[in-house]
Amino acid sequence: MRIVDRRLNPSGKNFENRQRFLRRVKRMVERAVREASGERSIEELENPGEIAIPADGVRQPSFHHAPGARRDLILPGNREYIEGDRIARPPEDDGAGGKGAGSGGGKGRPDLFRFMLTREEFLNIFLDDLELPDLAKRRIALVDKEGLRRAGYATTGTPNNLAIARTLRLSLSRRIALARPKSETIVRAEEELAAAMAEGGANIENLRRDLEVLRRRRGRVAYLDPVDLRYRRFERFPKPVAQAVMFCLMDVSGSMTEHTKDIAKRFFMLLHVFLTRRYKRIELVFIRHTDEAAEVDEETFFRSVETGGTMVSSALEEMLRIVKDRYDPTSWNIYAAQASDGDNLMGDNERTRALLQNDILPLSQYFAYIEVRDSFFEEVNPFDGGTSSLWSAYAPLQREGGRFQMRRVSKREKIYPVFRELFQRREAGAPHGDHE
Amino acid sequence: MKSGPLLFQGKDWNFETLRRIHDAIEPIAEKELGLDIFPNQIEVITVEQMLDAYAATGMPIFYRHWSFGKKFVQHQTVYEKGLQDLAYEIVINSNPCISYIMERSSATMQTLVMAHAAFGHNHFFKNNYQFRQWTAPESILDYLSFARNYIASCEERYGHDEVERLLDAGHALMAQGVDRSPHKRPLDLQQEEKRERDRMQERERLYNDLWRTVPGRSRTVVKGGKDRQRALLGLPQENILYFLEKAAPRLRSWQREVLRIVRLIAQYFYPQQLTKVMNEGCATYCHYRIMTRLHEEGLIDNGSFLEFLHSHTSVIRQPMYYEPGYGGVNPYALGFDMMQDIARIAKNPTPEDRVWFPDLAGTGDEMSALRDVWANYRDDSFIAQFLSPALMRKWRLFHVVDQSELPYLEVSSIHNERGYRELRRRLAAEYDAPAQSPHIEVVDVDLAGARKLVLHHQVAEGRFLDAEEAELVMKHLAALWGYEVLLQEVDKKSGEVLKEHAAFAATS
Repeated sequence: MRIVDRRLNPSGKNFENRQRFLRRVKRMVERAVREASGERSIEELENPGEIAIPADGVRQPSFHHAPGARRDLILPGNREYIEGDRIARPPEDDGAGGKGAGSGGGKGRPDLFRFMLTREEFLNIFLDDLELPDLAKRRIALVDKEGLRRAGYATTGTPNNLAIARTLRLSLSRRIALARPKSETIVRAEEELAAAMAEGGANIENLRRDLEVLRRRRGRVAYLDPVDLRYRRFERFPKPVAQAVMFCLMDVSGSMTEHTKDIAKRFFMLLHVFLTRRYKRIELVFIRHTDEAAEVDEETFFRSVETGGTMVSSALEEMLRIVKDRYDPTSWNIYAAQASDGDNLMGDNERTRALLQNDILPLSQYFAYIEVRDSFFEEVNPFDGGTSSLWSAYAPLQREGGRFQMRRVSKREKIYPVFRELFQRREAGAPHGDHE
Repeated sequence: MKSGPLLFQGKDWNFETLRRIHDAIEPIAEKELGLDIFPNQIEVITVEQMLDAYAATGMPIFYRHWSFGKKFVQHQTVYEKGLQDLAYEIVINSNPCISYIMERSSATMQTLVMAHAAFGHNHFFKNNYQFRQWTAPESILDYLSFARNYIASCEERYGHDEVERLLDAGHALMAQGVDRSPHKRPLDLQQEEKRERDRMQERERLYNDLWRTVPGRSRTVVKGGKDRQRALLGLPQENILYFLEKAAPRLRSWQREVLRIVRLIAQYFYPQQLTKVMNEGCATYCHYRIMTRLHEEGLIDNGSFLEFLHSHTSVIRQPMYYEPGYGGVNPYALGFDMMQDIARIAKNPTPEDRVWFPDLAGTGDEMSALRDVWANYRDDSFIAQFLSPALMRKWRLFHVVDQSELPYLEVSSIHNERGYRELRRRLAAEYDAPAQSPHIEVVDVDLAGARKLVLHHQVAEGRFLDAEEAELVMKHLAALWGYEVLLQEVDKKSGEVLKEHAAFAATS
């Protein structure tokens, strides 16, 4: 008897099969994921979830009988019947006797096939056709990691790096060049000598001398000489890591309700999830503002309510200051998302736009403005409603496919569509928009 | 009850415990039950690995295909929702016999699983004639690993999609890919693998591009009667995959090999379908005897014996048809009860048993009777011979006929003197897997003309094929055959064609 511990064997042997299954049902899964994501909260987005796809797409057909005209059921548990009794036909899909064993039709075909997606798979599919606009600076990155790579051979090194094939090749060529006698040659010489000695031939001395020469030569020329040794050489090289910083700007003045903040939070979180999938390193900066702005931690950012007027420019100035201090635009990819209910001090609009246009946009990869409204403001076509003061201030900056995009959201479930719209992969050259 | 040193206390176990348990079971299995087993290999695995193994038909190595992924997500969903617990064990018909046990099971469960799988199933695999006829436990793992590598290399060479389509088609016809009667020599999978390698080398050796350029006579079509042609093709042939592999005109050699793999693996699993009740009955009977003996010997304490009984009784529970959990006959329950019953008849027969089982009743040696049963029957013949009136009464079995044109169901026989034989015959027929599955044969092919392939499905008692699924399978079949395929549903008695399904190969 043998006991084998297989627990350390890699599990997930079915990973590959699973991937194949998902690939096969990709389109259906995509649709299901879109539908599922509409219902999910941000917190749930992080969790794996169950989705359902039409069972038809994954059917494995086989030849089997259709339910025939006659069925024979052998059932246990007779309490009252004797032969010849008639039983009223039980209603359809009645459990009792409904599934006759062995009729081949035992496998009911549900209309939906349900299964769990891991978080990774869910996000992959969800974010699959999204793409970050303007990745111009991605190659510029902080060097925070060193890698090793092969770089030829060296004559020195540690034994574990000995390049055996290369070493033996050199040894072989040296042995050939220095005419090191092979062991067969010596054996043959010995045999000749022995034969000659047995016969008592005349050339014993010659043979003996030749053999001596051969042996000495073999002794002098080593099989493996230190000069043959070669070691694999490695060199260090810097591994650049693309990094990004994401600025979350939000108006926290009294006019922002819990509802609008919730929508804003969802948007920020989606953006964060999305960016973490594209960048190894991502930092978050939260800036909240009323008529003055401050950098705060996440908790304060979403929870606390401030009173005061609204000056958006203060937040943009704060952002600029932080960029100057900590995030050199040459080595950081800068993303910003601003959420506001659209209020701004009338006199501040001009300055805000100028800041954004002249200072911030040139530094950033992307700047998204989300105008969040309470849901009783029914959503109007975002392109025609210049209703809020900030909206009208920003409107001239928005261009198709540009770095600056703005959208208006009033309902929680609209967050996903808006998010998708913002990051939809654009066909090169083809303009994107509703008018198409 | 004696009080020997306990094998273990509490739930915990380690590898030393497993070995002690195995060594305590072994003498009981060998001396008392007279089991004859393959050497055992116990493998401890995690829950995730158990889920993995589930999906790949329980085998540790298997080729890759999306359908296993589908099965995997299905099991995973069910498991993660807590709807269903995992099996405690998987056992593989191989030599050595591999049993997987789960790390999180308690020591008692490990004992039970070993007694059940490593001894009960193991004995059955080694001795039952169906397994001896159709499976090659020595080489199955090697063959599976060959299959996986071969299919992986095909994927590399011909693309994933192509291989996937081929496997889809093969899987659809899997049930029609087994030989049901032993007219050929038993398979030897090791030989198979070697044969494929040799054939490959031979082809490479003989290949010479020049031959292509040599003008030759155009091949003459084999003349002769249609009958002769049919005989040459081995028609009628019920093993459709075999026929396609040998005769489909447009398949390339790697495609034939892949079909062969699907077919051989289907054949390997075939005996398991035929012996579900017996196999589980044998294993359950063995574990019951062994656990009881361990307890009597004082090797396990009362607590773990109760834990065992709890698990045992839930495994062999048979809900009555009117109870909510009823889902057909539970093979564990039927198998175990029948084994117990056979043992009872051998030791304490009633006068009735002496009439029904004159050869068996009162022999006194229940183990030799059971071993003989385990070796020489499959489910249908086993039930047809050994289901006793006493057991039918215990189960209160009755037979209901459901004819769709009648507004009522009719009870045709019950557990009484008039009904025993009919009841037994009917139940046995349900377990006659070959008779239950549709009988489809390749009957004709027109090789000289349009190359149309004709199949017949023999319709008995008005049972047609499920048309919707049949159509999908026909598409696969046509893709493999490469030309038109026609499936006729023929009345078994009159030979009249009742229904037809046709499919055409996609023109390429």
